[in-house]
Parts: sequence; structure tokens; C-alpha cells
Amino acid sequence: MALSESSLDPKHAKFDTVLGSGLGFSHVLRRGETFRIVDLEGNQAVDTLFYDAHDPSERYSAVDTIRSQGGIYLSAGSPLMSTEGRIMLEITADTCGRHDTVGGACAAESNQVRYALDKKYMHSCRDNFLLEIANRRPELTKRDLTANINFFMNVPVSPEGELHFDDGISAPGRYVEMRAESDVIVLISNCPQLNNPCNGYDPTPVRLLVWPA
Amino acid sequence: MIEHSSEWLVDEGLRGGAMWSRIVKRGQVLRLTDVEGGASVAGLLFNADFPLERYNMPDTLKAQHIARLTQGHVLYSDMGRVLCSIVADTCGWHDTLTGVGNMASSVEKYGPGDYQALRNDWRRNSRDNLLVELAKYGLGKRDFGPNLNFFVKVGADAEGKLSWVPGNSKPGSYIELRTEMNTLVVLSNTPHPLDPTPSYAVRPLRIGIRLAGPVTADDACRTSCPENERGFALTEAYYL
Repeated sequence: MALSESSLDPKHAKFDTVLGSGLGFSHVLRRGETFRIVDLEGNQAVDTLFYDAHDPSERYSAVDTIRSQGGIYLSAGSPLMSTEGRIMLEITADTCGRHDTVGGACAAESNQVRYALDKKYMHSCRDNFLLEIANRRPELTKRDLTANINFFMNVPVSPEGELHFDDGISAPGRYVEMRAESDVIVLISNCPQLNNPCNGYDPTPVRLLVWPA
Repeated sequence: MIEHSSEWLVDEGLRGGAMWSRIVKRGQVLRLTDVEGGASVAGLLFNADFPLERYNMPDTLKAQHIARLTQGHVLYSDMGRVLCSIVADTCGWHDTLTGVGNMASSVEKYGPGDYQALRNDWRRNSRDNLLVELAKYGLGKRDFGPNLNFFVKVGADAEGKLSWVPGNSKPGSYIELRTEMNTLVVLSNTPHPLDPTPSYAVRPLRIGIRLAGPVTADDACRTSCPENERGFALTEAYYL
């Protein structure tokens, strides 16, 4: 896993906020802007989707990204591909080393399948996505939710075709940074999951920054 | 051993390069047969009664702790329900991680393959094929998520690096999906974009549908993990 640091200074960021766990977020990134997610306290999954800001029917595609780079995990240098085969963003710095795009987002219904029928009440990433788009992105609906990226999440795939949810490899202060190659909507759920080690059983805040082109 | 009906309600061929769709009613078995071996069939699944509910790749993989599909596994919707169960599979590995090719990838690999020159032997691609079939049900690009790739194996090493596995599907190998919900099945039968074969080598597919035997309490797909027991319970509750 190649680690790669950024030279960008938070003092020069045009946008800088902290997002608590269990919250949704969306923002339009302009072409050339750089977006950084900082795992402030370590082992926090950040469920993330991207849409073309001008035609949201073009969106991030996990399977096109995996096929395009010939690998399952995301890290510095990974192009984040759209459903139309275009590079939407590229990961330009990464001090964590590995991010997931196979594990998807938790939802009330899938929590029932994965953990117990009585877990339906627990907060989930899909609820964050749905509330964020209902309030702030009228161009998107549930129809548009697709397989997302889980920044800082460790989901190893074995050569035998098994999938594991392992303890995180992130740590306090680690970050991932990506440059937008076109205008994109970023949609985030700062994951509230308490039933598996994706957040170290303790969901925590992340810091989000944007630098101008 | 599950006893399905011996009478085939549907038994038809699908040419290489072509696409197909049908609503397969709950309690039927859809058999896809790779007649000559080496086929690659892209598929999308929807709840036919309410297509906002659809096949979900991550939910399918994480519920069963798998990164491939074979007999004993089930295909989950995004609503915690089982659309289909894989009740038989003589191939052993079906992919759901690597998507489909599109017009650009097809032209880059095989050169121009337009209808004007090739008539109905033109080189169709699965992105366009599936968009055409989806449109017949009022669906489109916004509904086109990660798909199934029947008969395809793309392995990953310890670092997650992918490699195409040749010879995964032998002549006559088949997979059987038992529909646990009324399922809109959309298929496209074109070469997979990672298949290194330099020519556009299409393979014929055979499609059969028959009535499924009853799903018993000890059903192999239902009992293959506690998650699937809960998935079946939620699916049955939906139809109360």
C-alpha cells in the first residue's frame, strides 16, 4: 500500500467543516478543486457517492472503477470512474492506504438481514443519504443511490472469493484527497453503524476540506 | 434434493450479442445454459411489482461474506429481501464486481462493429443492450447499478489485483435461479470487457423456465447462513 501525502495547507482551503457521525452531507465540487476527508479520530467509515453536477444520471460506478484500475481497493492514483466510462475524480493523496468500494452502505433493511430482525430502528447510512437528497438535492431520489465508496474502511476480498469486514487500518488524522476532473456533486454519510468493526464500534466525526482549482 | 417441475414453460435460445428480458414470477426456476462454454451474460434484477427495489451487489456480498456467486448463495435486493436463490450451478463462479463493456470499450478492442457494415452480426455491447431492455419497463441509466456477470470469473490476489480466469465455464454449464419474488430479469449476452480474446467471440445461451419445487424449512439456500434465514423471513413477510 503506497502512502502519499499532500502539500495543501488547510489555511488556504475555501471550505472547512467538521461532520459528526450519523450525519449526511452534500456539496458541489468544481472542476479542478481538491477535496480532502480527514479521519479525525481513526477507523471511521465515510460512505461517499458522486454525481455529475450537470447530468446526475452519470454517476460514480464502483464496478467501472474496479475494472478500470484492475484492482479492488482504492488508493492514491485510483481514478474514480463514472457509469459513462469517464474519470470523475482522481485520488491524489492518501495517508491511509486502502479504501473499500465493495461493501456498500448500511440500511435499516440490510441491518435486519445482517444482524437481527429487531435492528431495524438503528440509524443507517442510507437514511442519511435519503434525508440529505430529500432536503438539499431535489434532482436525486432513492433510484439514484448506487454502490458507494467507503473511505477508511477495510473490506478484504480473498483469492477464494470470500469477503471479510476487518478492523480498520486507518488511524487518527489520516486523510484521503481527490481532485475533481469535472463538476461533481459529492454525497456523504458519516457512517453510524454500531454492529461491526467498520467504525471501531464508536462512530466519530470527520473533517471535510475543499481547496480551489 | 429439490424437485422442480419437469415441464419447461419457456425453452428458448438467445443469440450471442443479443439481449432479453422477462418478468419471472415468484416460485419459478430460471435456468441459463452456456451451450458452447465461454459465455458472459450480464444481468440486472428488479422487483417486478415495484422496480425501485432492485438487485444490490454490496448487500448480496456482505450478507453472505462472499465476493463471487454460486449454488447456495442468494441475490439480495436493496430492501433486505431475496429476489432469487442460486439453487443449482455447474459452473462454480459468477462475477458481480466488474461491470459491463460499453460502445467505446467495444470499438477500442474490436474496431468498428456498426450495423451498417455488419447488419445483425454487429458488435453490440452490454451497456447499450441493457439500456434498451430497461427502457421497455420505464427504467434507464439511473436504475443501472452494479450487475451480475453469469459464467464470468475474475479473480483477485492478496493485494486485490484482478485477473481474468479463462475456461471458467465449460460447454453445457448452467446456473439455476429460483425466483423468491416476482422478478424482472434483464440480460445481455456479449463478451465481457476483461476477456482477453481479441475477436468478438459471442456464445449462444439457452434460457429455460419451469415451476420450482416448494421451499422447505431446510432449503440449502435458506439455511446456508443465519443472514439468509432472516432474508427469507423478510421476503415471506412481504407477501403476507
